[in-house]
Amino acid sequence: MTEAWIALSLTLKVAGWATALNLVLGVGVGYALARWRFPGRDLLDAALTLPMVMPPTVLGYYLLVVIGSQGVIGAWLLQHFGIRLIFTWQAAVIAATIVAFPLVFKAARAAFENVDPQLEDAARTLGIGEWGVFFRVSLPLAWRGILAGLLLSFARALGEFGATLMVAGSIVGKTQTLSIAVYEAVQAGQDATANFLVMVTSLVCIAVLLGAGWLVPGRVAARA
Amino acid sequence: MSGVSGVGMNADGVHRDGVHASGAAVPTWDVTLRKRYQRGESRFELDVRFRAAAPRLVLYGPSGAGKSQTLRMIAGITRPDAGAVAIAGRTLYDSTAGLHRSPQQRHIGYVFQDYALFPHLTVRQNIAFALGRGWLNPSRRVAHPTVDRWIEQFGLQPVAGHHPHQISGGQRQRTALARALAGEPAALLLDEPFAALDKPLRQRLREELLQLQESLGLPLLLITHDDDDVRCLAQAVVALEAGRVTASPAH
Repeated sequence: MTEAWIALSLTLKVAGWATALNLVLGVGVGYALARWRFPGRDLLDAALTLPMVMPPTVLGYYLLVVIGSQGVIGAWLLQHFGIRLIFTWQAAVIAATIVAFPLVFKAARAAFENVDPQLEDAARTLGIGEWGVFFRVSLPLAWRGILAGLLLSFARALGEFGATLMVAGSIVGKTQTLSIAVYEAVQAGQDATANFLVMVTSLVCIAVLLGAGWLVPGRVAARA
Repeated sequence: MSGVSGVGMNADGVHRDGVHASGAAVPTWDVTLRKRYQRGESRFELDVRFRAAAPRLVLYGPSGAGKSQTLRMIAGITRPDAGAVAIAGRTLYDSTAGLHRSPQQRHIGYVFQDYALFPHLTVRQNIAFALGRGWLNPSRRVAHPTVDRWIEQFGLQPVAGHHPHQISGGQRQRTALARALAGEPAALLLDEPFAALDKPLRQRLREELLQLQESLGLPLLLITHDDDDVRCLAQAVVALEAGRVTASPAH
């Protein structure tokens, strides 16, 4: 069963990094889409939501085209820094980040749109700079909604399979995450391992969803 | 600034840098604002000019006259298409000179119609909000002589640790006023400050505000559609209707 624990810790590492990246990216993009008016805003929103609706294999293919050894960015990284992204856990992080990103920025956008702009104006008339307004007013008021989105994105990143398999492969102890380990165990007829992996995955996902559900109703209380 | 003289008085009374020519009285309020709003088919054009020496000025008019928009432009929250704003000789906005001070630079206290208190902060934290300039909110136990003074002056001691939704309308109004004043603003703008309160309370808070303004000597611009506010508080009245000034103080 040690294999399962290795897969679990790798999965948590990949999902954790993906969630941390999405915290920064999702909150930034969510805020920009909620507060700034610019041409092509709806188009950008749709484009950024694509990972949620596209088949993971299509996404994986796109990723190969971009970060593969012959890919646009992949070739450049290899040539200038000797970095090969493909079939590393970092590639799994990139795949998980992109797949889970829409969940964070959608939640963040909705949460920021719920913040009364007048509160931000009030902070400005009190002499507080734009960063201060963001960290002292907008973010604290949107925080619960963002957190709920982050937990969902963490759950989504935990279960990422298709795109991860295509860009990171299934190297035991290196890139083999839980969901991929389940697939491999079933293919190899190792039912006991598969059962155990499925139980672990299910428990982690239930815990995350309970956490998200517990946070969402709090948004109402915080605004009352 | 030529052509601004629709209100009377010579525009040369105030220079752009806020230094006034010797002998000429500097008007407390010198406001010229133009802005065109368009949302779909509906169009609204705001063209407001007034100048008043009185420190306590009331902007009076029906709802939809553009009073709040005027106030927002004076505070720098909304940017006008053109015009100029000077308060007590300090120029905050001048489109011909390309000057547009941010709301942060204007040091103008603003009491919003529904008070816009920060719901995630206590009364004490709300009042202390302007005193900390970093990225962090003041702590719940923030101790500062200015904060304590305003809490005491407005009798907010019993609710200092409460959140805005836990206190009464009058206490909210006082908290909003204290929050604006704790930042030591150069002027105070109030958007229908008594509209959300019942009548006896309104009268009491009007008197409080009047005493406060007289003791601080702070220029105060209040907008309202309530005649009682005008009677009690106004030294001068600017009447606004459909985005235009229909009556303004004589000089």
